[in-house]
Amino acid sequence: MMSADEIRRRIETALGDAKVEVVDLTGTEDHYQATVTSARFRGLPLLDQHRLVYQALGDALGEGPIHALTLRTVTAEGQG
Amino acid sequence: MDDTVRQHIEKTLSDNDVVLYMKGSRSIPRCGFSAQVVEILERHQTKYLDVDVLSEPELRTSIKEFSGWPTFPQLYVKGRLVGGCDVVSELDRTGELSTLLGT
Repeated sequence: MMSADEIRRRIETALGDAKVEVVDLTGTEDHYQATVTSARFRGLPLLDQHRLVYQALGDALGEGPIHALTLRTVTAEGQG
Repeated sequence: MDDTVRQHIEKTLSDNDVVLYMKGSRSIPRCGFSAQVVEILERHQTKYLDVDVLSEPELRTSIKEFSGWPTFPQLYVKGRLVGGCDVVSELDRTGELSTLLGT
């Protein structure tokens, strides 16, 4: 298990400008949905956008405390 | 990762244009995300190889290392990782998946 706050904090720390919305889908702190908005995504294929977020979460994902994460990445407008 | 395992993965990806590493099989998916990608591939009527990573623990670990992608399913087209369930669903929605698959 990992709290929504911790997930948000990790992504924000890794991406700097990220705006992160995290929803606990099951109330059990292990199945999440996240929407991440960042200017860092600009020009990157979707695959690499998701990679950036996965890297921010490191070992927590997969076999770790987060069992499932539905991820949506949005490229922020404005300066980046 | 063991060289033999790496060669095995590379051979699988070069012998098959479309490979889905998933939890369970296409007929009995054991995870909702894997089931969703199977549904998408079936809808595109594309020929693909499904590999159940739950029945091959060593392969499961190795694929993650191979791709640097931490979760399953993982869809490969012509040897390249396309993505997991979210990316594949999004590319399906935008039509890019059809282009990739040639469907």
